[in-house]
Amino acid sequence: MHELPQQLANGLALGALYGLIAIGYTMVYGIVQLINFAHGEIFMIGGFGALTTYIMLPSGTTLLVAIPLMIIGGAIASVAVATAAERFAYRPLRGAPRLAPLITAIGLSIVLQQLVWGFYPDAKKPRSFPEFQGESFKLLDNLYLQRADAFVLVLAPLCMLALGLFVAKSRSGRAMQATAQDPDTAKLMGINTDRIIVMAFAIGAAFAAVASVAYGLDKGQINFEMGFILGLKAFTAAVLGGIGNIYGAMVGGVVLGLAEALSIAYIEEIPGMQQLGGGAWANVWAFVLLIVVLLVRPQGLLGERVTDRA
Amino acid sequence: MTALLEVEDLRVAYGKIEAVKGISFSVEAGQVVTLIGTNGAGKTTTLRTLSGLLKPSGGRITFDGKPLGNVPAHKIVALGLAHSPEGRHIFPRLTIAENLQLGAFLRTDKAGIEKDIQRAYDLFPILGERRKQAAGTLSGGEQQMLAMGRALMSQPKLLMLDEPSMGLSPIMMQKIMETIVELKAAGTTILLVEQNAQAALSLADQGHVMEVGKIVLSGPGSDLLHDESVRKAYLGED
Repeated sequence: MHELPQQLANGLALGALYGLIAIGYTMVYGIVQLINFAHGEIFMIGGFGALTTYIMLPSGTTLLVAIPLMIIGGAIASVAVATAAERFAYRPLRGAPRLAPLITAIGLSIVLQQLVWGFYPDAKKPRSFPEFQGESFKLLDNLYLQRADAFVLVLAPLCMLALGLFVAKSRSGRAMQATAQDPDTAKLMGINTDRIIVMAFAIGAAFAAVASVAYGLDKGQINFEMGFILGLKAFTAAVLGGIGNIYGAMVGGVVLGLAEALSIAYIEEIPGMQQLGGGAWANVWAFVLLIVVLLVRPQGLLGERVTDRA
Repeated sequence: MTALLEVEDLRVAYGKIEAVKGISFSVEAGQVVTLIGTNGAGKTTTLRTLSGLLKPSGGRITFDGKPLGNVPAHKIVALGLAHSPEGRHIFPRLTIAENLQLGAFLRTDKAGIEKDIQRAYDLFPILGERRKQAAGTLSGGEQQMLAMGRALMSQPKLLMLDEPSMGLSPIMMQKIMETIVELKAAGTTILLVEQNAQAALSLADQGHVMEVGKIVLSGPGSDLLHDESVRKAYLGED
């Protein structure tokens, strides 16, 4: 158990990353009941937007200056693609049977991947991100924090705090809650619900861009496929936490991240389970956790039971 | 003098099925006008069309001198038309105070909004007592009060109430009807849709009886209340 603090820290950092991406699934679902399966690709495009920004900076720019600019550049790219997708792919299908936008989302996800693969310079193989990792911070004898992990562990709570305040306190946030709870009645209040929907897509995309920069800095590279599995994991986190609930997304992310980290470290120490541990089985344990939680709490950890709308 | 609301030959269809088949009526400023009729007569469809949630398939709506037919729903309340929908539709996970604030979503006069929220609490003291409670925890009658209070928050020229007495206990129903009389006395113009014909007609200046998408009978509320065919069909007398 000597390495437990380290495993917890790794799990938290991974979970914070999942949580940032999960916000995008949960906000869009909360407002239009659409599972935007292209959100993983929105995350990936954020990474390429950030990389493009970095390439355009004069050489020798310090990371302290470069990283905030990369986040902004990544967010511009991901928000532009997400809002365009809403406007041209999803909005025309509002009111269509549920399956139509869902299939559109899956198709869009493939299209976006292939566009980056085909047209982004050298994107057919992984593209390297600026060197960031360097020396880790030593917090305890048995606890080191990698710089990229520290980055996401600071940024994710800040983003969540800002979003929580925005939704609870601002006029637009109030309008967003009203639209999520009852869109027709929100219109009767004078709320332009189309604008609120665009806003939900944009916020989710911006959070995904932050996550993609964190991911790139951690791995040292990004690639056109990275949105697939991370998107799936983040979606799992959103469902685990209770889809539609923004705090649920973060909680689900952290629970999932911790479960993965702990399963990698400890499952193989359980007698008889040696061959079911290690990194190769982490995804399996993550989804086992999802199934168990959904059996006990179908609405997710923080989700509300959906009652009949009278 | 032209009426505040003028509806001419209004038609509304869901796909191929016409729910409102060419109705005409008007509401003068200061009047209470009621549409009565059974389920499926097209009353709610008419109100939802007036507030832009449904698009008319024909006819004309003129409100305060402006044509409404193609104005999107979220721009209607700014023109002075507020709608308290059937089934109340309060925002269940927001507090009572937040629900009332949303009723004033387009207003920018903070002091005036505060004053009107206070007025809603005076009108319905129970709302004031529970202002910080989630609206979904209120009883049906209290939710109805909240829906009416919320609609009033936009300072409407015309207040549309859809089935305010639906599903309420007799005591609560009476309270709601008394409130409508109070609002009328204060000069509020009201378009009231009701299945409770007795209550609606006794306080309305003008009433219209709807049957399967058409207005079959119109007249002053008191006349309709004493009309034999109305009594037979809607007031349960033989």
